Amino acid sequence: MLEVGGEIDVATAPRLREQLIALVNDQRYQIVVDLEAVDFIDSTGLGVLIGALKRVRTHDGDLALVCTEPRILKVFEITGLLSVFAVHPSVDAAVSA
Amino acid sequence: MAGEASARGDIVELALPARPDVVSVARLVVGALVAADPLFDEERSADVRLAVSEACTNAIQAQMACATNGSGEPIVLRCTVAEGHLELAVSDHGSGFDPGKLTPHPEVTDPARLDFEGGLGIPLIRLLSDHVEFHVTATGTTVEMTFEPRTEGEDVVLVATTG
Repeated sequence: MLEVGGEIDVATAPRLREQLIALVNDQRYQIVVDLEAVDFIDSTGLGVLIGALKRVRTHDGDLALVCTEPRILKVFEITGLLSVFAVHPSVDAAVSA
Repeated sequence: MAGEASARGDIVELALPARPDVVSVARLVVGALVAADPLFDEERSADVRLAVSEACTNAIQAQMACATNGSGEPIVLRCTVAEGHLELAVSDHGSGFDPGKLTPHPEVTDPARLDFEGGLGIPLIRLLSDHVEFHVTATGTTVEMTFEPRTEGEDVVLVATTG
C-alpha cells in the first residue's frame, strides 16, 4: 500500500520509482497505489506505474490503483491504460478485490 | 520572462534551464495563461498543462542526453495567446529525432507493452492538441502545438495508440 500525493512528473517520478522498487525488493508483490491525493500525472508517472506493474507481475503479483479524480482518470483513459490497471474507487475496494 | 504584444496576440517567452524541476514551472505558467481565457474550461486547461508537460519533458531529456551541443543551453517555451486559440512552442538544443521514425511500441493492452515505460508522451501531445508540428534540425527540435477550446457538449473520446 503506497499513498502518493502532489504532482507526478519527470522531477518527482524517480522517487516513486524508488519506493515501488523497494517494495518489490521487500517481496511485496500485491501493491495498491493510492492516487487520491495526486493533482497531476503525465507520461513519466504513467511509465513508472507500468514498470512497477511489470515487476510485480513477474512475481505473479499485481498492482492496483485507487483513483476517483476525473482529471487523473482521464489520463489513464485516453492512453488506454484503464484496461491495463485495475482502478478502484477506494482502498477498501482495492484490497478486497 | 519576456512579454510582448503583437498583431498575432500576446506572446510570453520563457527560457528555462534544462532541468526536470522546471517542468512544473512551465505547467504553472501555461495554466495561468489559459485561466485568463474564459473560452478554455478547466478540463481543457488540464489538457494544455499535460501537453506542455510532455513537450518540456521531451525537450529536457533530449538536451540532457546531448552533451555536445546541448549543455548549458536553456529550453524555450513560447506561448502565443491568440483569438480563440493558444499556440505553444517548446524548443530544445538536443540532437533531434524523427517523429515519423519512432519505433512503435505494442498496444497498451498487449502484455509486451509493459516492457516499455516510455513512448506515451508524443501520442498524448497528438491527442490533446488540435494541431502539432515537429520541426527537427541538427541543432535541436521545436514542437509547435495549437489548442482550441472545446465547445459545450463536444465530447471527444480518443484513445492513444503508440504506433
